Amino acid sequence: MQTNNPIIEIKELETFYGPRKVLDGIDLEIMPGETMAILGRSGCGKSTLLRHMIGLSKPGVGKIFIKGKDITALSEQEMLPIRRNIGMLFQGAALFNSMTVGDNVALPLREHTELEESTIKIMTRMKLDQVGLSGFEDFMPAQLSGGMKKRAALARAIAMDPDILFCDEPSAGLDPIVAVGIDHLILKLKKAFHMTIVVVTHELESVFIISDRVALLDGGKIIALGTVNQLKESMNEKVQQFFNRMPDPEKIDKESYLNSLIGEW
Amino acid sequence: MRLLQQILGSVGRLFLGYISHVSHMVYLTRDALFWTFVAPWKGKGTVRWKSTIQQMVLIGFNSIPIVATICFFVGLIMAMQAAYQLERFGASIYVANLVGVSMTRELGPLLTAIIVAGRSGSAIAAEIGTMKVNEEIDALKTMGFNPIPFLVVPRLLALLIVLPCLTLIADVVGILGGFFLAVFNLNISFVRFFHQTAEALVMKDLITGLIKTFFFATIIAQVGSYQGFIVEGGAEGVGKSTTASVVTSIFLIIIADLICTMVFYSTL
Repeated sequence: MQTNNPIIEIKELETFYGPRKVLDGIDLEIMPGETMAILGRSGCGKSTLLRHMIGLSKPGVGKIFIKGKDITALSEQEMLPIRRNIGMLFQGAALFNSMTVGDNVALPLREHTELEESTIKIMTRMKLDQVGLSGFEDFMPAQLSGGMKKRAALARAIAMDPDILFCDEPSAGLDPIVAVGIDHLILKLKKAFHMTIVVVTHELESVFIISDRVALLDGGKIIALGTVNQLKESMNEKVQQFFNRMPDPEKIDKESYLNSLIGEW
Repeated sequence: MRLLQQILGSVGRLFLGYISHVSHMVYLTRDALFWTFVAPWKGKGTVRWKSTIQQMVLIGFNSIPIVATICFFVGLIMAMQAAYQLERFGASIYVANLVGVSMTRELGPLLTAIIVAGRSGSAIAAEIGTMKVNEEIDALKTMGFNPIPFLVVPRLLALLIVLPCLTLIADVVGILGGFFLAVFNLNISFVRFFHQTAEALVMKDLITGLIKTFFFATIIAQVGSYQGFIVEGGAEGVGKSTTASVVTSIFLIIIADLICTMVFYSTL
């Protein structure tokens, strides 16, 4: 299935929140089977970029092709078949709290396939087993810890055997050990299913573990793109700042500080 | 000059915001009605009956005690207020007419709708709002589900079924409240009261009362869902939307009641 056509292609993407430009001319190609990490500081627009890629919000300018189809031009109804081939792991897991863990995983199978209930039960157990949660299908999401919720959400995301898996901050809010566990789980799934994985994160550790290539986002632009080693050797100041964990240089300009206090710019 | 600009600006912004709320609510209602009544016949998706029945129990069955209690007391209160005037003319038997007609035509449907709006409309807003905050709505969309048939239709359908039933219960219990006073305080026998009520009530009273409830049900379901979908910013947002859903539903219920009554008054 390895071809030279990108599975996701983003062209000249621009988005605004009110008058503020969040994304400013993003061009990105993601090849089938690779793991792309989109790295950036909080508020740099990386979550917005992810929302565009899964079609949850429409960009102002630009196009996004998934498997050659421009999803910015599709209606909600036309998006449905594409979405069935996409898995998404949300930052807060986003399990349906009114259903058991098993029902959460089984939901896409029940609704989108014609499988027998007994088959669905077995598939649900298999998926939960793959994320290390066998035996938890009758638990409610509220009874699980943060890390277990993420695992259950991952099981739901891969329930339909998607070609593309999107992860929004997979290790956010987890302790380092559980976070590494999730990273390794993503790696394992990638090897097992040859999925294309797009991870949005600001955790360097997890980028080092899982990514094939990294896109570093700053101020709505991709300022560096390449493997982790390529980026580490980059001479770009902001890339260095990010990889060496340097704080912002403090700028003290008496006049602008005074003006900001008076309320004049 | 600047002040004038600011005043006009904020009035305009308020008005535009209001218009956009109304238009979004109309779109949501149109979609919900489409997915409830049109789409299943065209073979596009089915109604989620399991979830609908769950909602019917939550919204309908569980409201019976509170609806019955309140309507019994209101029937009793109305009977006392009516008797206070009617006794002077020796016409206390007409308490039956007054309670019967006003309960079935007006108070039964209205009180039930207001209780359900407060009890279940707010619950709908809170539930959908919490799902929005937890990204569950986004998760539904990315899994290829349309949230309207998934979340709104079962609630709308449940309300359309249970609200008329609750209203009937309210009517009966309200009349019972009046009957309670008549028997124990006005010394009117059960049989006389029953006959008087049966004579006073015509089918039209009952039907006009029940027709309204379908509008009320739609208002409660749609306002609740809409307020849930527009929740922004965590738990505080859910609280705000819940309050807004109750206030808006009650306001719209009264408006709908006014329009219905005007139409019935002039045509029937």
